[in-house]
Amino acid sequence: MTTKIKYTFKDFQSDQEVRWCPGCDDYVILRSLQKALPLMNRPKEKFVFVSGIGCSSRFPYYMDNYGIHGIHGRAAAIATGVRLANPDLSVFVITGDGDSLAIGGNHFIHALRRDINLNIILFNNEIYGLTKGQFSPTSKIGQKTKTSPYGNTQPPFNPGELAIGADARFFARVAGNDAKGQTEIYVQAHAFKGTALVEVLQNCVIFNDGAYKFWTDKNVRDEHTLFVEHGKPMIFGKNRDKGLILDGLQLKTVTIGQNGITEDDILVHDAHNPDPVLHMMLVRLKNPLVLGVIRAVEEKTLEEREIELTEQVKARSRIKSFDDIVS
Amino acid sequence: MTTEFKKRTDKPVRHLDQVTIRFAGDSGDGMQLTGTQFTTSAAMLGNDVFTFPNYPAEIRAPQGSLYGVSGFQVQIGAKNIDTPGDKLDLLVAMNPAALKKNLKDLKKGGMLIVDTDAFNKINLQKAKYESNPLEDGSLKDYLVVQVPMTSLTREALKDIPIDSKSKTRSKNMFALGMVYFLYGKDPKYTVEFLRKKFKNKPDIVEANIKALQTGWNYAETLELLPAFVVDEAPHHAKEYKIITGNTATAWGFLAAAEKAGLKLFLGSYPITPATDILQELSKYRALDVIAFQAEDEIAGISSAIGAAFAGKLAITTTSGPGLALKSEALGLAVMLEIPLVVVDVQRGGPSTGLPTKTEQADLMQALFGRNGESPAVILAAKSPADAFKMAFEASKIALEHMTPVILLTDGYIGNGSEPWTVQRLKDLPEIKPPLLKEPVENWKPYHRDPETLARKWVIPGTPGLEHVIGGLEKDKETGAISYEPENHEYMVKIRQAKVDKIAGFIPPLETEFQSEGELLVVGWGGTYGALRTAVGQLNEKGKKVGLAHFNHINPLPKGVEKVFEKFDKIIVAELNLGQFANYLRMKHPEFRYEQYNKIQGLPFTVEELVKAFEKLLK
Repeated sequence: MTTKIKYTFKDFQSDQEVRWCPGCDDYVILRSLQKALPLMNRPKEKFVFVSGIGCSSRFPYYMDNYGIHGIHGRAAAIATGVRLANPDLSVFVITGDGDSLAIGGNHFIHALRRDINLNIILFNNEIYGLTKGQFSPTSKIGQKTKTSPYGNTQPPFNPGELAIGADARFFARVAGNDAKGQTEIYVQAHAFKGTALVEVLQNCVIFNDGAYKFWTDKNVRDEHTLFVEHGKPMIFGKNRDKGLILDGLQLKTVTIGQNGITEDDILVHDAHNPDPVLHMMLVRLKNPLVLGVIRAVEEKTLEEREIELTEQVKARSRIKSFDDIVS
Repeated sequence: MTTEFKKRTDKPVRHLDQVTIRFAGDSGDGMQLTGTQFTTSAAMLGNDVFTFPNYPAEIRAPQGSLYGVSGFQVQIGAKNIDTPGDKLDLLVAMNPAALKKNLKDLKKGGMLIVDTDAFNKINLQKAKYESNPLEDGSLKDYLVVQVPMTSLTREALKDIPIDSKSKTRSKNMFALGMVYFLYGKDPKYTVEFLRKKFKNKPDIVEANIKALQTGWNYAETLELLPAFVVDEAPHHAKEYKIITGNTATAWGFLAAAEKAGLKLFLGSYPITPATDILQELSKYRALDVIAFQAEDEIAGISSAIGAAFAGKLAITTTSGPGLALKSEALGLAVMLEIPLVVVDVQRGGPSTGLPTKTEQADLMQALFGRNGESPAVILAAKSPADAFKMAFEASKIALEHMTPVILLTDGYIGNGSEPWTVQRLKDLPEIKPPLLKEPVENWKPYHRDPETLARKWVIPGTPGLEHVIGGLEKDKETGAISYEPENHEYMVKIRQAKVDKIAGFIPPLETEFQSEGELLVVGWGGTYGALRTAVGQLNEKGKKVGLAHFNHINPLPKGVEKVFEKFDKIIVAELNLGQFANYLRMKHPEFRYEQYNKIQGLPFTVEELVKAFEKLLK
């Protein structure tokens, strides 16, 4: 039996050659997750990676763990079966915006609704990469792609909004080029009891390059993004002088030191509040774009309910074997 | 409250070998319950039985309407019974619509019991009768027993403090009481049942029992009513239960899981007529069964694939439209080479088709309804009780050969019931899945057992054997992605060969009645009872007719050609346009196949089969 728990990221690398395009954020995601796994303090045979179809979904082949490379859109459903079958496994769903928000939308929302302990890593590049450049359900209106040469006419989903609407208990957003932020968030997502969704803003260098540069470019990212942490005021900006306040039913950006605003006026992030209203407002903001763990509300998970109920039924049932049914 | 039922005394008794009865009424009239109760009593009292419920897709169609008619047919016998019977000896019609829809199935001279209270102007109009059939002489060929059932029931229950609607609703027990009297069946099992079912509603118990008694007593007073007896059938010495095919299917899986030392996982989505299996398995948390009601058909099979990967006996249950939705995932299971059982309780198609009616038209879909070269094992159950055996066998094959298996049943045997001889775990064969629990040197995920060609089943959580499987073509040993042309051809062929080899693990084809002769009747799946009865009748007439009925469709059992060549003619009878016949033409083109086909959403009648087969005989 393997008792070694002290792993390094290398213990999670498979012998398969990684075949993503050079410069793709997927490399950052892979490495960040491989670095996060040793911090989760679990034997490596307890991790299962389940994916669908798309660039992101090649992921399990690059991990030295148990994994299933499934079919398009069905990763969440397959993973639900794995997890229900064995709640001792740490199950990751590796998916993309096409995989989970288009063809697999149904499984995606129902996984969130059920609150089963899965960790869903959603690679959102706002494009279909593996089929070489068609618009996805997160592509912007007007975006020119191979199937929208004159511009996309379909309004996009905001994954966070969709997720919270589907009663997601955990939602985090992180930039695809932020290795450190990702590692931290993956560890938090794994520690969270319930369905944890992490949206990674993943830049596709080939078909949608620069989709996130307004928020991820080194020069501007501090001004255009807010990285929230539970219990801390929502302050951002290069000089840490900007923050969010609630102005009526709107979130508003203010500058500390101007118009009598002090740090005490800034909203303090409460990721654990079951009421999703403020979380919904946060995921909808575009400037600043809110990153970090936006929502983390632990409840009894589906598998906990299942196990509890089964134990109750067992305690009072005379049926211990098939033979008892027919006797 | 007294529950004494007067003994039948002074009437002369006629002994019958078998009798076919149908209870028909509004879908809210409780006809399924009435029929089930009669069946249970008859079986408990020693008859062989076979039932066939025939109900509309509408849950509560407008009262009195033709499309709201629900029927329950049962044949009881003093000898072996394999079908619910063709023509009715007795029809109980609770309203004009029920009469209109069912009269054509009543034998000339057969008995008809009607509730005259329901034959009012409105109901007659709803049933599209221009004149009242009870008065216009159109029923002169039948023995008509006119009973004001509703008013007699209401009168009998007048002192019981329940609402008026509940009183009227008890009329099905009145009808049942009459039928019990007619066939001399002690109503004690129904009394027991009512006491248990309504144990917290003593007034309802009293009302139902009173209605039952009133019906019984009323029957005794009717001069024209004969008294019949259907004696005990000989096979009833053994321990048995009356179960539907869907329940038998569910139980087969329960037994298989325990026999294999595994827990059962069902991923499913409600669909008629397969839902009963999901409902049945939902009851067995005590056996650690996970019956997961998924968000759709695709999630049903996908979750089962996940559960199979994680070490469960994993199954998914559906009907034709659901199988269509599952086909991509089924291809994944073929590619992953994991154990999985898919049950298709077939119904009339295409598209939504006839959800509550039976058909055998999903055979080609099961065989070939996937992209690529995607062989799956196909089995078919031949009767309600046989569904237990086949669900068990489907599990055994899936687990021991690491392959998806499709088990075809149909609405007729899924909802139909017959006695199932009780089997316990000790009576069933061993199931030994090829689990690998400890690392072995040089193990690779797609190493195969030379005898079965099955790969090892390695469950996540096993240290040192981490591996990834997926839907992309894989290297023949390591399972890593491979686009090599020769490797792909090798893998396609070996997946096929693995399924083909299963023919060596199943019983060879056998015939019943004759092993050589003038005509061989070939069937598969749920038509067995009718075919067997028809071929039996022809043999009684001295005809040399054999029956070859297939449980195993892919692969076919061994010995097909040896059986077929002994007969002058072969006729394939099935409830579709000839799918199995065409499959046999592909697999055994050396024979000529006649066909008998029916696509009416109904099972075969014995009469039509005998007629069709006789045409081919000299």
